[in-house]
Amino acid sequence: MIQILFFFFAAIAVGAALNVLVQKHVLYSALSLILMLTAVSVLFILLQADFLAVINVIVYAGAIMVLFVFVIMLLNLPEDEDGADRLRWLKFIGIPLGLFFLVLVVTTLWNLEANPGTQPQLVGSPAAIGQSLFTDFVLPFEVTSLLILIALMGAVVFAKRDL
Amino acid sequence: MGAFDSLWLIPILPLIGATVNGVFGKRLPKNVIGTLAAGSVGLSFLISLRAFVAMLALPQTGLPILRDYFTWIQAGTFQAQFGLMLDQLSGLMILIVTGVGFLIHIYSIGYMSHEEGFYRYFSYLNLFVFFMLTLVLANNYLLMFVGWEGVGLCSYLLIGFWFSKKSAADAGKKAFVVNRVGDFGFILAIMLIYRTFERVDFQSVFSRVEDVSLFPVEPLGTVGVLTTICLLLFVGAAGKSAQFPLYVWLPDAMEGPTPVSALIHAATMVTAGVYMVARSAALYNHAPGALFVVAVVGVFTAIYAASIGLVQTDIKKVLAYSTVSQLGYMFLGCGAGVYAAGVFHLMTHAFFKALLFLGAGSVIHGMGGIQDIRQMGGLRRHMPWTYRTFLVGTLAIAGIPGLAGFFSKDAVLEAAWSHAAYGKLLWAVGVIAAGFTSFYMFRLLILTFYGAPRYSEHDVHHVHESPSSMVVPLIILAIFSIVAGYIDIPHFLTPASLETEREAVSSSTGILLTAASTTVALLGFALAYLFYVARPGLPDRLAARAHAMYSILVNKYYVDELYDAIIVWPIVQTSRELLWKVVDTLMIDGAVNAVGRLVRGSASGLKHMQSGYVRTYAGWILFGGVLVVAWFLR
Amino acid sequence: MIPIGWYLILSAILFLIGVLGFFIKRNIIALLLSVEIMLNAVNLTFVAFSLQHGKISGQIFVFFVLVVAAAEAAVGLALVIAMFRNRESLNVDRSNLLKW
Repeated sequence: MIQILFFFFAAIAVGAALNVLVQKHVLYSALSLILMLTAVSVLFILLQADFLAVINVIVYAGAIMVLFVFVIMLLNLPEDEDGADRLRWLKFIGIPLGLFFLVLVVTTLWNLEANPGTQPQLVGSPAAIGQSLFTDFVLPFEVTSLLILIALMGAVVFAKRDL
Repeated sequence: MGAFDSLWLIPILPLIGATVNGVFGKRLPKNVIGTLAAGSVGLSFLISLRAFVAMLALPQTGLPILRDYFTWIQAGTFQAQFGLMLDQLSGLMILIVTGVGFLIHIYSIGYMSHEEGFYRYFSYLNLFVFFMLTLVLANNYLLMFVGWEGVGLCSYLLIGFWFSKKSAADAGKKAFVVNRVGDFGFILAIMLIYRTFERVDFQSVFSRVEDVSLFPVEPLGTVGVLTTICLLLFVGAAGKSAQFPLYVWLPDAMEGPTPVSALIHAATMVTAGVYMVARSAALYNHAPGALFVVAVVGVFTAIYAASIGLVQTDIKKVLAYSTVSQLGYMFLGCGAGVYAAGVFHLMTHAFFKALLFLGAGSVIHGMGGIQDIRQMGGLRRHMPWTYRTFLVGTLAIAGIPGLAGFFSKDAVLEAAWSHAAYGKLLWAVGVIAAGFTSFYMFRLLILTFYGAPRYSEHDVHHVHESPSSMVVPLIILAIFSIVAGYIDIPHFLTPASLETEREAVSSSTGILLTAASTTVALLGFALAYLFYVARPGLPDRLAARAHAMYSILVNKYYVDELYDAIIVWPIVQTSRELLWKVVDTLMIDGAVNAVGRLVRGSASGLKHMQSGYVRTYAGWILFGGVLVVAWFLR
Repeated sequence: MIPIGWYLILSAILFLIGVLGFFIKRNIIALLLSVEIMLNAVNLTFVAFSLQHGKISGQIFVFFVLVVAAAEAAVGLALVIAMFRNRESLNVDRSNLLKW
């Protein structure tokens, strides 16, 4: 049962990710990415990370992707990318390199044991995450707020027509 | 013992004067500079005198007086102290240096009064006195070498004092380079001394040399190693004291101000070589071969330089060759084993040659810069005091009985006569050189001060006597040029200089020798009188008759040209054609340029990696990432 | 149970798809989307290892990645707007002035 769910949503994730690349218009790419994110969220649930699954949907698929879609629509982009690709040769280097990388990883991981006997029951509940976040990781957590503040200011500086 | 505790003040005072004048001189008025410079040397002279008198009161066993102030160099077993040593020899030297130096400082205040670099001049001059005192007071060879180099430096600075004049700058350079040759010999000698005796201080070296078992003699043998040391020391002495073949810098050094010629290139620095040989008497006594070389070089230089002096027409050049010649005499005395005779002549020479140079300076000053004696004449009437003192100096150097030069020259010639092997020959050559000396000095005197003026009144405005600050030193030096001979220096110096055992010249022979040299001196005077007073046309006719001989003398035996051809020219050519055009331009510059071209070439290819396309950068990142992953998963 | 290797392989595939986006797409927004794919692939790896090792810190890292992604999206999209305003195009190949 779980295997079926895994393969189903894994297939959706891969398919959606490929669709991001295939689509001509970025808007469709963005929408396809939302689908992929949702599928990954389901995989998170399979991995007993309930809270992260929810957050992934709300923050990533919700907030961040809405931002993307908003910008795409704001700019009202033409459908196609203009002209011939001057860096076409990159594909012939990049794709083989990527596949080589994949082969490397897959051949290494294929025989990896699941180690089911010792797999602990770890539920990524909000309580557990919060507990860890505000004890062990409290400093990085606070620094994160600074990061977001800087990103906020950066976004304003870049996007504003004239300061 | 208070007199000896202030020994360190003797060299330090001129150093203070040099520092103050050198650093603040630009802002000080000239009379302050002059007072400071002359005052520091004068004070130094008084302290020297006090120490000297105190030393005379001591018994012989109390000498030498040694003062170690601090350890200068300590490296393993090697040790060099900053220590001073006072005995009869160094005591006499410091009196000469500070005494004559003081007079010349006074003289310089008048002579240099119109000069731009007044403070610079006195700073150098004081620095020179400091180094010279360090040289003579040092209690070890290494500290002596410091003074040795220091006086060389000051000599260089003062010869090139008018450095904007090319000939002066070149002369300074020449003096420096030629002195390097000698100094190299001195350095090697010090190294060999340390290797042999494991000490560099005079006391230890001189006591160890007496006992052969105390020092290793391999691989040269006892006499061999001592002879080598002494010959190397003499190379140094020959460079500093302008002996053949390293004398060439001294005549050119006359480009410097005349008081400098008097102090450095007549009275003190050039005698450092004689002092060094006399100081090392204990070593030389064990190396008769080296001693003989000293004597031969000395006597050869004496007659050689005197013969050049016969035909020179520049008043300072005559005196310069005379100095070289007289230095040869001093080495003859030392080389004959009678160091005291050499030092005696050193002392009298310091007085009368300083007097002659200062007199020449006074003449040049009065003539407004003219140095050619063919354009002088009749100055006796315009410069009475200069004339009188110059006459005393001439009589003294010519060896006329009763004056200082007579006694010291006599002592040297007597020493030469008593030399074991070739005494008669050395003496004969020395006497001929004395005749030359007498001739060219009277020639100089007659051409300068007698006869009708040969300068045009139009060119030389108002020939005048020099100011009293110049004349008074002349008079004092003239007095010393007379009385210095009556001091029995040889006897006084004997304990310090370790005479070799020899048969004393019997008194009858002594009188004969004296008579001979006096006769020759008078003969020189008579010839000069004949040539330049009685029959003035004779010199030119003689020059025409013996043209080849004359031109060789006028051109100083073509030695400068010879050195140019065999040393300077090959070095310059090698430097220019090989070192510059091949090594520097082709190899060094070529290598540097090649590195530059390599970097530029490879960069012009590699810069295309920086294409500006974000996606190619992504490609590079992927490439690197895959490499890393492949490395970990291999 | 599902072996962890499967998750990792899936993660690698997704990551690769994100990488390939850089070689296929030229639109800068598409490139940003590719970055999001890669980040998610990495998130998946973190969560998988978190379960495997029974440690919550892996999930905390996902949390931080999320924050970084948000910041990156905000700044990135601001840059996109500025770039579009200047060049009337989102083609990254046209922005190649920063070079030798």
